[in-house]
Amino acid sequence: MATREYGSDRLATYPVTKTDKRFIGAHILVAVIALSIGTLFGPLQAFELAGIDLYPYLEPVFKSYYQGLTIHGVLNALVWTTFFITGFFTLTIIIGFKRGLRYPKLNRVGFWTMVVGLVMAAVPILLDEASVLYTFYPPLQANWAFYTGLTLVVVGSWIEGYGFFFTYRAWRKDNPSTRTPFIAFGSLLTMAMWQIATLGIAVEILTMLLPWSLGIIEGTDPQLARTYFWFTGHPLVYFWLLPAYVSWYGMLPRQAGGKLFSDSLARLAFWLFLLLSVPLGFHHQFVDPGVPAGWKYLHAVLTYSVFFPSMLTAFTVIASLERAARNRGGKGLIGWVRALPWDNGSVTAQLLAGILFMFGGLGGLINASYNVNLVVHNTTWVPGHFHLTVATATTLSFMGISYWLVPWITGKPLWKPRLAVIQAWTWFIGMLIFSNAMHVLGLLGAPRRTPLGVAPYVPEEWTGHLLRVGLGGAILFVSAVMYVWIVARTAWRKDRLGSGEEIEVPVAESIQDPQLTPRWLDRWVPWLIGTVVLILIAYGPQLIDQIANIDLGSGQAPAIRPW
Amino acid sequence: MSEPGASKETLHIDPYEKNWMRISIVLLIVFAAAVTIAGFALGFQVPSPEERVDPNNLSGPWLSPGLRELSPGVYEAYIIGDAATWQFDPRDIEVPVGSTVTFYVTSRDIQHGFKLQDTNINMQILPGQVSKLTYTFDQVGEYPYICTEYCGTGHAFMFGSLTVVEK
Repeated sequence: MATREYGSDRLATYPVTKTDKRFIGAHILVAVIALSIGTLFGPLQAFELAGIDLYPYLEPVFKSYYQGLTIHGVLNALVWTTFFITGFFTLTIIIGFKRGLRYPKLNRVGFWTMVVGLVMAAVPILLDEASVLYTFYPPLQANWAFYTGLTLVVVGSWIEGYGFFFTYRAWRKDNPSTRTPFIAFGSLLTMAMWQIATLGIAVEILTMLLPWSLGIIEGTDPQLARTYFWFTGHPLVYFWLLPAYVSWYGMLPRQAGGKLFSDSLARLAFWLFLLLSVPLGFHHQFVDPGVPAGWKYLHAVLTYSVFFPSMLTAFTVIASLERAARNRGGKGLIGWVRALPWDNGSVTAQLLAGILFMFGGLGGLINASYNVNLVVHNTTWVPGHFHLTVATATTLSFMGISYWLVPWITGKPLWKPRLAVIQAWTWFIGMLIFSNAMHVLGLLGAPRRTPLGVAPYVPEEWTGHLLRVGLGGAILFVSAVMYVWIVARTAWRKDRLGSGEEIEVPVAESIQDPQLTPRWLDRWVPWLIGTVVLILIAYGPQLIDQIANIDLGSGQAPAIRPW
Repeated sequence: MSEPGASKETLHIDPYEKNWMRISIVLLIVFAAAVTIAGFALGFQVPSPEERVDPNNLSGPWLSPGLRELSPGVYEAYIIGDAATWQFDPRDIEVPVGSTVTFYVTSRDIQHGFKLQDTNINMQILPGQVSKLTYTFDQVGEYPYICTEYCGTGHAFMFGSLTVVEK
């Protein structure tokens, strides 16, 4: 076989239509609005812990710490992420396959379904009719519109996923033996995983919470509800994370001036995430009374195995960056790091996100560790942990992506690129302080989801750490304001990029021709079968047992709403 | 390392990466072995199903929650969480040092948490389920037990105290 001329066609830009850009932009707009509102409540929580309770001043509108916490969790962890991800994937699908969406109307239906769902869920939350936090464990009962709204957001994201799958099928028909372009592959896989993972929450809401909130059934089974919830709840973490991985593997190397180190191992890591994301949800239920210890142990071991593709990712991403930095003249065992383009806000944000994620991963390993988890379960350690993952690995990466994405969508240059660099660093520093304090407090026994400023049992030794929570929260808030301001000013500015200044969508080549990646890393059926089989093994018997012993009488809503 | 131009399909694993993968797998096996030994040989265990109860009609030992001595130095403590008053019943428990206490905790209404500070007692409390863990108190002192799951307006005030006293 003759050596193929490889790579030249990959970088040719695909002319994305104005309509498609606007459609992607609509996703990002909703995402940023959600983040702006949700983030307002972040410092309110953090300040309360530090002993400065601002909620009484908001009293006519926002009733409590818990309502604020619900808004913060739902908007930041669920809405900002889901809208950003579906918008970003619309781009990676179009650019990856170099073709428009197969059924653009289908994706529009998906988007608007999510918007309607968002509004339906937001109204009861704002009216204090759904202060149940973003885990909404029954028998805390929210207004039915809250559950319906959440369902519609999930269904809308499914529909957008179908749109991506149809686009893939059309592309595959025209390209029967070509390896799926990496960024498109990663996006499809994430959406496929999401379809499977969200079945848990769909069943929870449709068979239990919604009919209960409408008065059709009298109660719920709180244990079964938790099992359904965490069937979705852990893979949700990978739904947040994998889009960042798509960027770290498939885009960041290009932005840093290098190439993807290993195409085949990048794909292998993604397949392992599909295989292993779902069958480990019991590690969120280690302290639940209704799940046998043996099943918890099995899920603990499976959780360890999902650590493996994360280790692959750490190696491949760092190796890609190291090669890029050495191409730029970087030297030394560690010194090459300085040669990375730290003057680029988009790159800096993603590099810093990756650095903090390493600590997030280590903490996650501890959470997964069965009996060790007893030390940290339901403590501030846990929000400390997921502020390193979803609120940094994911969120700071998305902020970084915005710094080229928004100029690309709007055709306008980024407003104050240097401020973007500062924004990334302030997030990094604020999160270091905040998250470290939360981890330490957790080890000392501080409960999560609790306004510790008023709790009577807080010992003196927590005080210094609680103040650091407040300080970190304040810095993070300033950073978030900077982000929203940079993005908004970019969108609002009058001047446009001239011809020849168009923003490139950074798509990294891989060192090795993807065509030489083994074919079994580009086949869906065996991996999907494996995924379903593993889920049946890890969940099947317990689910059957819990469903067979369902007791809807045990979880009735209290006579008085407790918030 | 094969450079572009190679023409055979291959997984293409860099020698450094191969070592990295080996180290990762060994690390994970070590961690898994550690929790396995701690859990199944040394007895550091997580809760497992105990019994189902009717939260609207708690009966038997739940009618008089509190501490009971089963044999010298061996106790059981029945504790009920309640979101109507945001209290644990009972709020205070006292045992002599060296006692082994098995905690049985349930909820009358919504979900609570039960974390006994400075111990490995940490449980989710659900209506309809009984959470059970055992601990031996070798040190004199005060051990607050606090609610670690959001249960409404009074959640931050929901706590009790176990005191370990000299014999």
